[in-house]
Amino acid sequence: MSVATTPVLTGQASAVHELRARAPLFLAVLFGITVLAAIGNLAFPQDSIFHVSTYTITLLGKYLCYALLAMAVDVVWGYCGILSLGHGAFFGLGGYALGMYLMRQIGDRGVYGNPELPDFMVFLNWQELPWYWYGFDQFWFALLMVMLVPGILAFVFGYLAFRSRVVGVYLSIMTQALTYALMLAFFRNEMGFGGNNGLTDFKDLLGFDLQADSTRVGLLLVSALALGLAYVASQWIMGSKMGRVILAIRDDEPRTRFIGFRTERYKIWLFVYSAVLAGIAGALYVPQVGIINPGEFSPLNSIEVVVWVAVGGRGTLYGAVIGAILVNYAKTRFTAVWPEAWLFALGGLFVAVTVFLPQGIVGLFRERLGGRRA
Amino acid sequence: MSIGDTLRSLADRETVFPLFFERQPPVVDTSKSILLYIEDLTVSFDGFRALNDLNLYIEEGELRCLIGANGAGKTTLMDVITGKTQPDAGEVWFGQTLDLLGRNEAEIAGLGIGRKFQKPSVFEAQTVYANLELAMRMNKGILPTLLARLDSEQLDRIDHVLGVIGLQAEYSMTAGALSHGQKQWLEIGMLLMSEPRLLLIDEPVAGMTAQETERTAELLTSLAGERTVVVVEHDMAFVRSIARTVSVLHQGSLLAEGSMSEVQNDPAVIEVYLGEGH
Repeated sequence: MSVATTPVLTGQASAVHELRARAPLFLAVLFGITVLAAIGNLAFPQDSIFHVSTYTITLLGKYLCYALLAMAVDVVWGYCGILSLGHGAFFGLGGYALGMYLMRQIGDRGVYGNPELPDFMVFLNWQELPWYWYGFDQFWFALLMVMLVPGILAFVFGYLAFRSRVVGVYLSIMTQALTYALMLAFFRNEMGFGGNNGLTDFKDLLGFDLQADSTRVGLLLVSALALGLAYVASQWIMGSKMGRVILAIRDDEPRTRFIGFRTERYKIWLFVYSAVLAGIAGALYVPQVGIINPGEFSPLNSIEVVVWVAVGGRGTLYGAVIGAILVNYAKTRFTAVWPEAWLFALGGLFVAVTVFLPQGIVGLFRERLGGRRA
Repeated sequence: MSIGDTLRSLADRETVFPLFFERQPPVVDTSKSILLYIEDLTVSFDGFRALNDLNLYIEEGELRCLIGANGAGKTTLMDVITGKTQPDAGEVWFGQTLDLLGRNEAEIAGLGIGRKFQKPSVFEAQTVYANLELAMRMNKGILPTLLARLDSEQLDRIDHVLGVIGLQAEYSMTAGALSHGQKQWLEIGMLLMSEPRLLLIDEPVAGMTAQETERTAELLTSLAGERTVVVVEHDMAFVRSIARTVSVLHQGSLLAEGSMSEVQNDPAVIEVYLGEGH
């Protein structure tokens, strides 16, 4: 007999199945909002009620970068159980890679007017460009590095950690140490990445003025495109057999190993994929906020990302996006009113979500809408 | 090979790079009709000898039961065979030619040794069907897995195994929703999907109802012959109902071996294990 005319492979309370079903909706909402915002900014005059301010555009773009970073964390945490408390490291490296390109683009328009060296190097009395700055005057090279540097770091880290079968809280602590070490390193002036101040004072990207409204809108649209592509790619991976292996690793790694899968390789490559997503998010973030400094590597930042994912709901991809946008919107509003209390609010939010909403906001709605599984 | 040769081989359009070969597991040589050799095996944990100079030979196609009191070394033996534990001394050979020591779990699974754990360990968040698909014998590399699509032969294989373990009706349920007995069968099904030469089954009927036990006995006896099955079990009635050959372990060594009635009448066995109750 043949029961399997339509194989039922989508387990996990059909989360994977749900992904596929939600993809068109997700993409429609994402592009709908960004395109409307873009039109609102460019096509309507300042006094029209349909006008969207450039401030809002940049804010939206920033949120989308955070959303991409959160999705990167969700890919490893929600699906594979690797709780990374150091994804800010990959985000920061991606940001620095693009930041270096933007620095080279300044050319002789800097304060010191040196066509070759960025301002901070002139300030430090450096005579020539360090070797690792070579090539960053080319956009394609910078773009390559945006993906390659976080990817290689994740590969080396993953190779060492997953091969030695480091799991759980020990792994989380190591990721935390990784980002902390990078922060300390980038704070040093001798590193040649601008030290404490980082990279800033950017002028233009591929010839487009970074202060222009149209460039801002363009960056927002590119961010939305990156987020959409990352969603589709992640959904494809999670819907494939590889996704089912990844879920199996999350739920019972030794068992998966006994079936014959070399689980550490799956974990390494998933971690690399996630790091590349985080790097791209960082690269999109930097031109929109206009600065990258070692603060991005601070352990607190990476922990915040985990909170976004927990608030939105793990293992759904769109949950991470919703969480990132909501928490950051709250942060924007909250810090305007009462800045000192934000960290307490964030901590309280994390505790509340862990206790009352283990599945996050997405889980709450799934339950309310007569969810698929209790 | 010189650099010139290497370059020429790269330019040759007929070259099939080793990367694209599907890796074939080495052939298991059972010309002496023995599938598994365990010789002088010793494993100790902090001075406690879990296995002590154990010798055991499993013939191809047989259904062998291992019995023994708690701490007799049954589970440790399984751990050594499947690569989870490395022994202090001794040898384990799969067929005439394959040394199992020093290989990791995934490699040994790839050679055709499947293990069912004591506690049912199916992937509860995934469907019965997905569980079987995960366990299917195929290239377990990342790219082949990422691009895997089930062909009709594989679909038939899953259907066949679903039939053998009697879970056709439950194929779309998440494994977590199955009863205890069904989970055990699903796990045996997952073993079958990997088409092993040797099945190691740890306490299959613990916690099962009488009916489920009976059904499991049928299932295991139907598998023997085509595959070699080694069962570790405490339930003597169950062992009696399935076993042709029984090996009794005691304090890490082999105490007796033979048919159930021979073993039961062995004075040494009566003394240390079966006791007055049997």
